Amino acid sequence: MAETVGGAYSKPEIAGEIPLDQVAREPFHRQHVLDLDDFSAGEILRVLDTADIMKEILRRPIKKVPTLRGKTVVTLFYEASTRTRVSFETAAKNLGADTVSVAATTSSVSKGESLVDTLCTLQALGADAVVMRHSYSGAPYLASRIIKGSVINAGDGWHAHPTQGLLDVYTVRNKMGRVSGLKVVILGDVLHSRVARSAIWAMTKLGAEVTVCGPATLLPSWWVQTAAQNGGLVMPGLRLSCDLDRTVEGADVVMALRLQMERMQAGLLPSTREYVRMFQLNSARMSRAKSEALVMHPGPMNEGIEIAPDVAHGDQSVVEEQVSNGVAIRMALLYLLIGPNVNVPVEGERR
Amino acid sequence: MNELWIVNGRLIDPSQGIDSPTNLRIVDGVVADLGRISPPAGLSSDQLIDAAGKVVSPGFIDIHVHLRQPGYEEKETIATGTRAAAAGGFTSVCAMPNTKPTVDTRGDVEFVLGIARRESPIRVYTTGTITKGQKGEELSELGEMAEAGAVAFTDDGHVVENPNLMRYALEYSRMLGKPVAQHCEDPELVADGFMHEGRISALLGLRGIPAASEESIVARDIALCRLTGGHVHFQHVSTAGSVELIQAAKTEGLPVTAEVTPHHLLLTEDWVAGGKWASPTVLEKWGRIATVPYDTNTRVAPPLRSEQDVDALVSALRGGVFDAIATDHAPHTIVDKQCEYGMAASGISGLETALGAMMLLVHRGDLALDTMIRYLTVEPARAMKLPGGTLRTGSPADVTIFDPDREWIVDPKNFISMGKNSPLAGVALRGKVTATIVGGNLVFNAD
Repeated sequence: MAETVGGAYSKPEIAGEIPLDQVAREPFHRQHVLDLDDFSAGEILRVLDTADIMKEILRRPIKKVPTLRGKTVVTLFYEASTRTRVSFETAAKNLGADTVSVAATTSSVSKGESLVDTLCTLQALGADAVVMRHSYSGAPYLASRIIKGSVINAGDGWHAHPTQGLLDVYTVRNKMGRVSGLKVVILGDVLHSRVARSAIWAMTKLGAEVTVCGPATLLPSWWVQTAAQNGGLVMPGLRLSCDLDRTVEGADVVMALRLQMERMQAGLLPSTREYVRMFQLNSARMSRAKSEALVMHPGPMNEGIEIAPDVAHGDQSVVEEQVSNGVAIRMALLYLLIGPNVNVPVEGERR
Repeated sequence: MNELWIVNGRLIDPSQGIDSPTNLRIVDGVVADLGRISPPAGLSSDQLIDAAGKVVSPGFIDIHVHLRQPGYEEKETIATGTRAAAAGGFTSVCAMPNTKPTVDTRGDVEFVLGIARRESPIRVYTTGTITKGQKGEELSELGEMAEAGAVAFTDDGHVVENPNLMRYALEYSRMLGKPVAQHCEDPELVADGFMHEGRISALLGLRGIPAASEESIVARDIALCRLTGGHVHFQHVSTAGSVELIQAAKTEGLPVTAEVTPHHLLLTEDWVAGGKWASPTVLEKWGRIATVPYDTNTRVAPPLRSEQDVDALVSALRGGVFDAIATDHAPHTIVDKQCEYGMAASGISGLETALGAMMLLVHRGDLALDTMIRYLTVEPARAMKLPGGTLRTGSPADVTIFDPDREWIVDPKNFISMGKNSPLAGVALRGKVTATIVGGNLVFNAD
């Protein structure tokens, strides 16, 4: 069913009053993971439950299983990345897959080869899964029309970073025991953030109440205007505010986003100093949130800019846990996409 | 004496207020007679066209096409583009000057018109640039180009950014009696935008092009029109705000004209997302959106706008705010389009789907058939001061015959145009051109 967002919108009906993070798991029939906008709550939970099993593997002394032996996972990165690429490669290797890494700077891409030609080559070489990072929004959709195996979006432009969204919601569920009903604040440069766009889908689909907060020039102007007309509401489950102190009041989760320095040069902000004063996540602001509230950040952090160092490394911070959960989530997705018998109920499926 | 009869058709000619079963007699390329006249016995089969069940109209005039020659012959040529136009029912087109080199001089105009004379089955007019090389720095030789036959001036593809230069262009072209056609997009507001800024761009993470990028230029140029008295023509108007500004300028009596494209009259920003978040009203109209998410065939400048904008454009066309339906036919190669959305060339190949697309509005009851024909014939001729657009006795016999109910599915592989870039691929249309006649000669015949 197509949902209309921002205008006339109806939330999908959920039977009775069952919290969204306890709905029935759904089988995983996807060929690709390009976005989270079309995931159901049940599908997201299927991924999270599978990640629980992967996490158990990661605790073993020898954290490697032969599940994906003989499969080839290609990481195709058109943008610099450390944690996402290493995370995917580690995930693939833990499951016994072979990994091939293609970086745009070292490949024939730098000789001017088009994305389509590069993808056709990878297809001909027999990639079972292509993990793709690209600076243009939507590029993985193009890839999915060429690659006969699976395409996993590892971040495209401002659009989506689905595995980050899944690991974020997984981290919240692990720490808080639930997602439904939690008050989540996503803070900072939402306009240019694929992390925010995927986190919003993942969190709201599991029933969290998300508020995006930041300076008006770093929020989608359509959302700013919609919120102004609808008492702060952008769409069901998503609110918008430019007042951080009020927004963090009573929050369960506060996720700060990276502020790219080029936003300053583009004239979107007057100064770093003013941004820090108005929008930095610091301990004074965190004290307004719930005492057990989580501090999250997708990394890499600009400590002292969007997040104060003491908050980044404080007791409430789960930043490192996000990174380790990322491996489990990516193992889960690779298993569900290219593993054997993916729709046999998995161990751990109890709730 | 060369004679051709078109009989049994429903003749609609808004220039004469005709909408009735009317036979048409053409002699030596000129409309000789029309009415309840009967053809003589003994006509040969190529002297008689039976248009039973069809609409007979003055030949369509498209005042905005990109024929790409010289310089981009991999995208289209004058020969292929004009044949595509004939298949779309167009008997006259105005070529845009953003070729390589751009049409800046008398020689450039003569070059285009010379090729057209040799290779085109239909009438080709050309425009010249406003500024040399479309660089926005100094005026092109407007006077010499006008003498050579340029019908209007435009930097289409780019706006004339410098308001002073636009002022001079209007003053100078007023002296020549030619319109200045503006592509209204403020480059600073467009920045690196790829699609309409709004509900869908926020979700797709594509940098948006705000409606204000168009409206700010429309507003500025209306002020310059008031200052100079020069004729401004607004190309491919796409927003509700622009409609209001143009309507007010017309009410004031300023010499402004405006065109609108079939794609802006029909398609919304939802098409960029493959219909993912389309509203119930959009889905009700289309059933299914034929594109896929980030379909580069939906990338066009100005971009496909919101549902509210589309509704405002259709209502403005009904209400007489526009002077022309123009395709902005912009053919591109597969390589130009089979790439990342942000790297794709802007433009839609529109000549061969124009009638079928416009007929969707007619069949939905959103537009009267004779209104559609008015803005494909007499009005564009008047706006650009071109001959044609009428079947008055003594006029050149440019005629378009179409079947308003013929159903077909758009398959760009079958386009005559070299540009296969259409977001309507796979869409079922109802209404197809069956014959096109230029100066009494049958230049396209589908039956």
